[in-house]
Formats: sequence, structure tokens, C-alpha cells
Amino acid sequence: MTDTLQLTVPAPGTVLRDDAAIDAARPVREERRLNGVRISDVLSAAGAVIASLALTSVLVTNVLPINGPIPFAAIAYIIFMALYALLVSLDEDRPVVIDRVILVGVHTLAITVFVTLGFVVIFSLVQGAQALPFLNFYTEDMSLAGPLDPLSEGGVLHAIAGTLIQITIALVITIPLGLTTALFLNEVPSSFSRFVRTIVEAMTALPSIVAGLFIYASFILLFGLEKSGFAASLAISVMMLPIMIRSADVVLRLVPTTLKEASIGLGAGQWQTVWRVILPSSRSGLVTSIILATARGIGETSPVLLTSGFTASLNLDPLHGPMVSLPLAIFQFVKSPEPTMIARGFGTAAVLMLIVLALFVVARIIGGQTIDVRNRRTEARRIFWAAVAVPFLAVGRWMTPYATRVKAWAAPYLAAAGAWVARGARAAASRTAPVRARVAASRTAPVRARVALFARRAWASIVLYARAFGPSTVAISRRVLSEANARLPARLTRTPKEDQE
Amino acid sequence: MTTLRDPADVAFRGIARGGGIIVLAIMSLVGAFLGFRAWQALSVAGFSFLTEEAWEPDSGKFGIAAVLVGTVLIALVAVIIAVPLALGTALYITEYAPIKIRQFLIGLVDLMAAIPSVVYGLWGFFFLQGNITPISRWISSTFGWIPIFAVDGADPQDPLASVTVYTSSTFIAGIVVAFMISPIITSIMREVFAQAPLGEREGALALGSTRWGMIRSVVLPFGRGGMIGGTMLGLGRALGETIAVYMIISPVFVIQPHILQNGANSVSSLIALRYGEATEFGTSALMAAGLTLFAMTLVINFGASAVVARSRSGESS
Repeated sequence: MTDTLQLTVPAPGTVLRDDAAIDAARPVREERRLNGVRISDVLSAAGAVIASLALTSVLVTNVLPINGPIPFAAIAYIIFMALYALLVSLDEDRPVVIDRVILVGVHTLAITVFVTLGFVVIFSLVQGAQALPFLNFYTEDMSLAGPLDPLSEGGVLHAIAGTLIQITIALVITIPLGLTTALFLNEVPSSFSRFVRTIVEAMTALPSIVAGLFIYASFILLFGLEKSGFAASLAISVMMLPIMIRSADVVLRLVPTTLKEASIGLGAGQWQTVWRVILPSSRSGLVTSIILATARGIGETSPVLLTSGFTASLNLDPLHGPMVSLPLAIFQFVKSPEPTMIARGFGTAAVLMLIVLALFVVARIIGGQTIDVRNRRTEARRIFWAAVAVPFLAVGRWMTPYATRVKAWAAPYLAAAGAWVARGARAAASRTAPVRARVAASRTAPVRARVALFARRAWASIVLYARAFGPSTVAISRRVLSEANARLPARLTRTPKEDQE
Repeated sequence: MTTLRDPADVAFRGIARGGGIIVLAIMSLVGAFLGFRAWQALSVAGFSFLTEEAWEPDSGKFGIAAVLVGTVLIALVAVIIAVPLALGTALYITEYAPIKIRQFLIGLVDLMAAIPSVVYGLWGFFFLQGNITPISRWISSTFGWIPIFAVDGADPQDPLASVTVYTSSTFIAGIVVAFMISPIITSIMREVFAQAPLGEREGALALGSTRWGMIRSVVLPFGRGGMIGGTMLGLGRALGETIAVYMIISPVFVIQPHILQNGANSVSSLIALRYGEATEFGTSALMAAGLTLFAMTLVINFGASAVVARSRSGESS
């Protein structure tokens, strides 16, 4: 370190690094782009798609007769993979070919998963769409509607109410127990607490139907409790407790030790540390763990099937008489062969999924609330109110002579509000300053370069297609491809092989 | 040396310990009660409980051979389908997806893991049952010489043969359960892959490896524990799944190794099917079946956590 450190803060909008100048000064070298797409990649993929469709059509019509879209798709996919690997291998070496094939495979698998899971959800929503527009679907129960009645009769109010009552009772049981236990596992470490953690982990493996069977055999058969909402809540609680404890345990473990040490070092006791440091700093995570356990508990069918009994009418008393929840109602509806009942079942499924989705959105909002985000939200609110206040301020200035008495009375309040609004206005100004500066700085140069590149690529592909419609063999296509590539800047077409030479 | 504690701290520790003891009591009670009631049935059935296929507890002729084999078959089909899908999805999210949609995809996978199983059951029953039979038929007519793909009563020469031999099969239940467990497996694998050390990744790329080379030499070895652990947790979930399987299968009480053929069974759907009409002894027989299932999932879960904890990427879950 010979030179002294000098920190200079550049003015907003100055260009810190002139890439163009640096590039010009450097000898031209291939930069290694990991996720760039080159024209040869796109063309070989497109060619492989076309060729595989053509080949498969020939195969299934003339060689081995197979009907049905699914075998066709499977064969086409296999042929596509083979052809794509072949095309890439024409101008790349082996590792790159494997890399490309894997890339296509990974994309295929991911798309399969997301499309199928999306389809599961959309399928239920579409099938239930018949039932959802009817208002009575949410405000009536099924006590007066038979299986042959149209959708304008009856609804699932009893199931919605049942789900809400059962999950509320389950939460009243599990939240205090779960959070205390999670605190115990983290704050009172001992061999005993490790033993409790092991047992809780073991109980996460309890199949939900076995939890239901336990409540059914103990509370209902042995202690003579009725099949009721309360029994169902107990079964759901047995399911939810281990899930909640485990996730809350992980959340509490993430609280930085330095925070705890700082609190103890300032002379706080353990309880004060827990109450003033640990719980506030892990609040959003704990709420998220509660909500995730709730989402799981709300959707459980099998424990409820054994413990709550079944009814078609609204029952708000959790201790007496059967009480239906949404998943159980779905299960009962779709047992019927009647199309209207099946539509009701799918509609109920849509309602259930919307509730789960709403819980998730709440969890994301709470879980994603870091201090930074919260401050930004407050600032956004300030800016909004500042914008709202501007016309009022103007009116106020105009009304000044008439309002002196009012002003005298309201002065402190107005002053405080005015300061708050001013801060908002300042925040707005400082937030937009860099944006304004950036807009002012010329950004057309890179755009021009990209337009030119696009034009060159388009021209290259036009030339390629024009040649390809001549006598088409692999050799000619390759020559054409190399010609097209020759028109591109050298930087875009170098292969790793040439790099090594 | 003794520590002097503030009364508030003593109270807090007492309450926390009390919560722990209550939870421990609940959990032990579940285990003890299940064990006690199951013992009544097991002492009557003895060893034949594991070998008998029929389920007639009141005549003393009951065993879980058929339902246990059915459970394992469904779970195996599910895992064999779900693991490649989950692996591909997890790799896509951590390595290939554009940064902009990565967070969104992570949230989406977590949301999919919370979709109630009854919804998957609906999809399986109303959509998959009717649409998967051509595939079942094609597999069985092409690979029918392999015993598990054989289907009795199917005639590959007769295109108009009844399709009902292919419905309500282990295969269909397995597919539905596969899509149910793939989000869970995906999220565990993704957690682990995302923790692969950046220095090693960059090292592999700096030595000139392709993206796949980097994944194969850094990400996958690092995440091996998470991959095995996630798979085992998914398997545990698949073994315990009730309602979707119950909606799809048509129960049979014989060992049925032909996965494409109508008729399957599982322990949890046996319980859902028979609990209502069960006598007191029949209930304890069901408990014995439930306890066996619980023991299996327990072993698998602890195996999974041991594998994850021993691996380089441990301490994450």
C-alpha cells in the first residue's frame, strides 16, 4: 500500500467504466458466455424440431402404425433429441453436445412439472366454474337440496363454516403449544430437549390417516366423544403440531447469536431476551411457519373423514353433531354420479384452493417483510400522501385569511403533518433523481448496436433459407451455415475447438 | 458454581419445559395407544399378520401382505416418476432459470406443495383415469413379456377390447401421487443445490467446463445428501397418502404385482375403507396395520435425516 486511499463519490449519472474504450484497448478475445444464445443453437434446435416431426410422421404412417397423440409425442421427442445431438456435434466437441442435450432435458422436465401442476389447478377451477357464479353456493347448505336439484339450489356454506371452525380450534391448540415447544428446544438446551426434538421429528412421519384413527379409537370409541368438529380439530392438531414445531424450530435457530449475546451483555435476563429480541426478530418467520402448517391442516381429508362425521346441514356447534369441512365435502360430492353434484365438488375444490392461496399470499406478505421493505412501504405511503396533500396546501394558502382561528387551534397538528408530508416530498425527489439522471444520459448507443446485430442475424437467416430451398443435403446446409456464419462478426461464431488451436 | 436466575427466567424456563413435556406426552400417548391397541390384534394374528392377504379380522383371518405390497408398489411407481421430474425442476430453478423468475418459481413450488391431496385425487379420477389408458395399453402390449407390465384379460390384437382392465390401477395411483410429492422433493433438492459453494462452481467454469460439467462435478456431488434425503421424504409421504389413492384404486385383497392392471390397495386406503364397519377387534386390527405403516415411514424419515445430516450440505433442513 504505497498510495493513500482516496474515496471520491462520483456524481449520479457519470459513467464509471467505459466498456467501449476498454474493449478497444484490449486485443480481441472471445468472452465466455454461459447463457447467451447463438444463432447456430437456435437453428439447430429449429432444424431438429422440423426434422423430427417429419420423420415421426413418416414412421407412424408408413413404418409402424401407432395411433394417438401421446406415443407420437414420445417418439418425436426421442428423435428430436437424437437429431439435435447430431446437429450440435457437427460443429462442437463432445462435452458441449452433452451439455446441450442435458439443457434440453432439464427444460423438458421442468416444463412437464410446471405445466402438469398448473393443469391440476386449472382443471379443478374450470370444472368448478359452473358452480362458482351462483351466490347461493356460498350462502346455503345442502340440507334442502337433493342430488337432482340444479346448481341454483344448495351450497357449501356448511363446509366453509366447518373448515373455519375446525382450523380455528386447531390453531388455538397448536400455536401456544407449538411455539412454546420450539422455544424450549432452542432456549433450554438439554439432553431432554434433544429427546423431545427427536420425538417431534418422528411424529412428522405419522401418516395423517393414522392420526385420524388414533383420535377415532381413543376419543370417540373409548371416551364416548361424539363424531364432531372438535374431534376433527384434535386430529388436525395432532397432524399440525410436529410440522409447526419443526419449522418454528428452524426459524428460531436462524436468529443471530450475536443479537442474543448483545441482549445478555446489556444485562437482560433470558425471558427479556426472548420477549424483546428473539421473538420480535423472528416474528415474520414464525408467522410463516404457522401459516404453512395451517395450509396443510386445512387441506387434510383423511383424519377428518374418520372423526367429524358427515352432514348436509350447517352446524356451528363443534362439540355436538357432525360437522363437514371443505375437503370432506369435496370427497362426498364427487362420490355421486350426478353431474351437478360433481360440479359442486369441483366448485368446493376451487373454494378450498382459493383459501390456501390466500393463506400463502398472507404468508408471503408477512414473511417478506424485512425492515428494508417495511421502510420502503412507509416511504411510498408518505410520497402518496404528499401527492394528495399538494392541492389541499394550495387551497389552504388561498383560504389563509379566513382560517387563522382554525389554524391557531390546529397549528401543532398541521406542523407535524406538514413535516411528515415534506419528508415524503423530499423522499420522492431523491428517489426520482437517479432515474431522471439515467434517462438524461444517452442510452441509444447500445440499442443501436443491438438493432444492427439483429438485422445482421435476420439477413443471415434469410440467406440461409433461400439456399436451403435449393437441393437440400446436409453438406449444402453446412456450407450455407458456414457462409451465413461468415457474415456474422467473428466473435459470435468461434467454437471452443478453434479457441484451443 | 450455581447460577442465580431472575424469577421471570425461572418462570419462562418452567413454562417452556411444560410445553415440551405436554407435546412429548401427546406424541407418546399417540404411539403408546396405537401400540397397545395394535397388540391386541397382533397377539391373535401372530406371524400370519405379515403373510396373510385377506382382511377378515372377525374370523381371525387377516394380514397386511396384500395391502403392504400394494402400498410399496404405489410409492415406488410414484418415486420412480417423481425423482427425475423433481431433479430436473430443481436444477432448472437453481441453474438454468432466468434470475427474474427464480423467486417466483420457488414460491410456486412451495404453493404446489400445499395443494390439498383431495384436489390431486379429483384430477386423477376425472382426468387421468380416462386419458392414461392408451399409454397403459401401449406399455402392456409392448412390454407385456416383463411380468410386472403384464395385464390379465387384455387382448393386444383386439383394438376394441375393454379398457376397464387398465383403470383404477397401481400405475394411475402412482402417477397422481408422483405429482403430489414432486414439489416436496423439488424444494428440498433446490435448497441443497442453491447452497453449492460459489467458489467451486466458478473454479469448475474457470477450468473450462461446460455448464453441465460444472453441475456434474460440483452441484450434484455437493447435493447428494439432499437428493437422497428429499427422495426418502417423498417416499415417506407417498407411503402415507390416503385420499387420492382411495379415490382412484379399486381395492383387491390379493398380492397384485401387475401395476398396469385394474385393482390395487394400500394400508391407508384400507383404513379409510373399513374403519366405519369395524368391530372393536377390527379397529385394533386396523391400528396394527396403521402402526406397521407408521413404523415404515418412521424408519424412512430417520434414514433421510441421517443421510442429510451426514452429507456436506447438512444442517440445512
